[in-house]
Amino acid sequence: MNHVFVRLSARTLVALAALALLASACGDDTLSEAASTCFDEPSIDAITDVTTDNLAGTTITLATHDSFTLSESTLAAFTDETGIIVEQVAVGDAGQLVSQAVLTKDNPTADVLFGIDNSFMCRGIDAELFVPYASPGLDDVADELELDPFNRLTPIDYGDVCVNYWTDALPGDAPESLDDLIDPVNAGQFVTENPETSSPGFSFLLATIAKYGEDGWEDYWTSLVDNDVSITAGWNDAYYGEFIAGGGARSIVTSYASSPPAEFLFADPPVDAPPTGVLQDSCFRQIEFAGVLNGTAHPEASAALIDFMLSTTFQEDVPLNMFVYPANGEAALPDAFVQWGPLVDDALTIDPAVIETNRDDWTERWNAIVAS
Amino acid sequence: MERHRGQLTPQTLRRAGLVAGPTIFLALFFIWPVAQLLWRGLSDGDGALLNTFSSSSIRSVAWFTLWQAVASTVLTLIVALPLTAVIANVTFRGRRLVQALVTVPFVLPTVVVAGAFLATGDRLGATSGPFSLTKSVFAILVAHVFFNVAVVVRTVGSYWGQLSRDDEHAARTLGTPAWQTFFRITLRRLRPSLLAATSIVFLFTFTSFGVVLILGGARQRTIETEVFRYAISRTDFATAAALSIVQLIAVVALVALNLRLRSSLAQSDRLAERAQPAPNTLTLGLSWMTIAATIGLLSVPIIILVEQSLQTGSGLGFDNYRSLADRPPFLTVSPQRALANSLWFAVLATAIATVVGGWTSIAIVYSPTKISRLLDLGYLLPLGTSAVTLGFGILITFDSGWLDLRQSWVIIPLAQALIGIPFVTRAVVPVLRSIDPHLREAAASMGSSPAQIRRDIDFPIARRALVVGAGFAFAISLGEFGATSFVGRRPDFMTVPLAIGRLLSQPGQSIRGQAMALSVILMVITTVVLLIVDRADRSNVL
Repeated sequence: MNHVFVRLSARTLVALAALALLASACGDDTLSEAASTCFDEPSIDAITDVTTDNLAGTTITLATHDSFTLSESTLAAFTDETGIIVEQVAVGDAGQLVSQAVLTKDNPTADVLFGIDNSFMCRGIDAELFVPYASPGLDDVADELELDPFNRLTPIDYGDVCVNYWTDALPGDAPESLDDLIDPVNAGQFVTENPETSSPGFSFLLATIAKYGEDGWEDYWTSLVDNDVSITAGWNDAYYGEFIAGGGARSIVTSYASSPPAEFLFADPPVDAPPTGVLQDSCFRQIEFAGVLNGTAHPEASAALIDFMLSTTFQEDVPLNMFVYPANGEAALPDAFVQWGPLVDDALTIDPAVIETNRDDWTERWNAIVAS
Repeated sequence: MERHRGQLTPQTLRRAGLVAGPTIFLALFFIWPVAQLLWRGLSDGDGALLNTFSSSSIRSVAWFTLWQAVASTVLTLIVALPLTAVIANVTFRGRRLVQALVTVPFVLPTVVVAGAFLATGDRLGATSGPFSLTKSVFAILVAHVFFNVAVVVRTVGSYWGQLSRDDEHAARTLGTPAWQTFFRITLRRLRPSLLAATSIVFLFTFTSFGVVLILGGARQRTIETEVFRYAISRTDFATAAALSIVQLIAVVALVALNLRLRSSLAQSDRLAERAQPAPNTLTLGLSWMTIAATIGLLSVPIIILVEQSLQTGSGLGFDNYRSLADRPPFLTVSPQRALANSLWFAVLATAIATVVGGWTSIAIVYSPTKISRLLDLGYLLPLGTSAVTLGFGILITFDSGWLDLRQSWVIIPLAQALIGIPFVTRAVVPVLRSIDPHLREAAASMGSSPAQIRRDIDFPIARRALVVGAGFAFAISLGEFGATSFVGRRPDFMTVPLAIGRLLSQPGQSIRGQAMALSVILMVITTVVLLIVDRADRSNVL
């Protein structure tokens, strides 16, 4: 009797090994080489001619990441207007949200998804998660935010991931270019996030790739490592751990263009100007999209919600709740954003299809550099 | 016991009923979802399982996962045992408070503890080198000890406290020195409980996620962080499933080893309610030194946290606490509502874990060896399973018909209870096994039915262990352990740890202060609730 478990686990091992062979026999390895077909013409029919006349009482579900917050009255305004009831479900961070949506694509948990960004959008589109829908609200959205020519994903907000610095704590002059981060004067000053576990961390990696190109970014990172860059798992342990904002020793950090306005608004005691500044040369554009999920039973109501998300009611509520900029150019910005958080005109970008094709390779190469 | 095998007698029916409940619960809420997810992942194809098994990087990841878990478990035992001895053997005012305090780390979000570790490291000058409190293996080990001391103190402490002292007294009377008595007799008799606690600490550290990710730095990887990396950063469910299988195989093998070690021990020891003698001055002095040392170590990060919660723009004060009364920005519910949510889920998770865990314990103790071991092993597996696997498994399993629980709040306490149940069984089973068989025989010979024996003998003696398990289930739920973030939830179900996480994802000094204040409130409430729960071990109502 005492040996029953030894036998059991041996049997389990054999069974699992057999399963392993079975699984490995019926696969191929070409997936990772295939280029993204992200912006090819979709086979899913678009939603057209949306009218909300008969939709009162319909209930739809909006899936978002945990960082999605609105003022209480905002979604109520949509229900007042259309009679459509919106339930919400929040799923971890943006990465968890996208993985969850891919996993449940045959039986989606929601009708509309908000919170997929340009670095993940092709993963969602390649998995055929979204139904094309051209919202009339797109007329007020700048062309450079409309990345998907077939409107499977609609831009809702955007912002820049930028290197921030604590002005009073810098050892030298304020950095003006990415090259200044590898200047010995800033040795041991810079902390950034792991691109595999942090969205701003990945954006910063993309910024360096956009800036130095496929042939130069690895050398740049080698120099960063030589200059004692610190890598943390997430934004929090960078900004509030090692950056001076939380009592740390470093004066330069990867954060957002909207971080100085937040430092200004939530300063304690109040300040005349934020203690932090933004390295304009380092900013990578991050656009957040919403899309109607393929498989919804309520395409019209879902499309109506997309329309509402582009309305000024929704768009003007976005900045102070999520610290991002409204996609709708007609939406008014809060004063703190106008004064302390101007977005750069020529933020760095990379085609989402290129990101999707190279993502794993880039992060693997990045790992090799920082692990050495 | 074996003579009715094969016949449908009332006794076999009763026994089958006893086993059926826990088996169905486990099969429905754990085995089925996990199997579904693994199957889905593997059928994504591309040979991930074999590639994963044969890659050298997974071997080094598996090796690191294993040794850091073993080292964390050993260190936890070393740090926790002196305090456990005191808790079990010395009566002093504030014993329950000490027990409650060591459990506080359990409910703190990892991101908060990691911040406190970094601040501690800064003050002690320990931010680089092998003994750095951040981004080092050492930091991982220290954090694991910090989180797990409570498991040993509470589980082993309650068992030890109920152990009769006859053997030790006999040895002392015969002139054996105290330390020899401890190592030769007491430690041996504690083994069932020590093994039970060890298995839990081991599984916890084997699958630890946030600690490894945040305190380990970019270079340290475990199977758990790799599962996350493949499933979430890469949406590669095939490799994630293969890694989960590696993890499950390792967990099954190691738990089987643990169970085997335990079955080599005597089946029963004498356990009974006993009064503790009043300690002499020397014992009391040493006890207080032990308490001070252990609590002192555990409280360094906590004190820093409290200090940060009191820091305001105008010096120390309660401004952060006051501003919580108005709903801070970025939260989908008020802090009060988040607290009510947390407590509600915790009460439900505790109730489920206690009932299912208690039932399972009885089934484990009264079933034939084979079934008993399978149940014991089965209910440990959720602790050793990746949160990604369990969470996504639940998500794709309960997705249709009357079992569509995806949008339901019910799934939150259920998933949390899965992690709480092994704490209950691991505390209760050793106690039930150690009840003097003469007690039961005497009751049976006087005409008591098995149900009466359970009510009149087993339950009163096992009650303290049940309370210990319930306390953990409560703390686990309050701390948002487990897989719930992968399932998703309605924003008005936001709990305190989620609110803290949300506030800490935003720049702005006053926002951060409020997050720290909320963390301190969570600690205080945990302490108070555990003090109340622990009272149930003595009073007559559970």
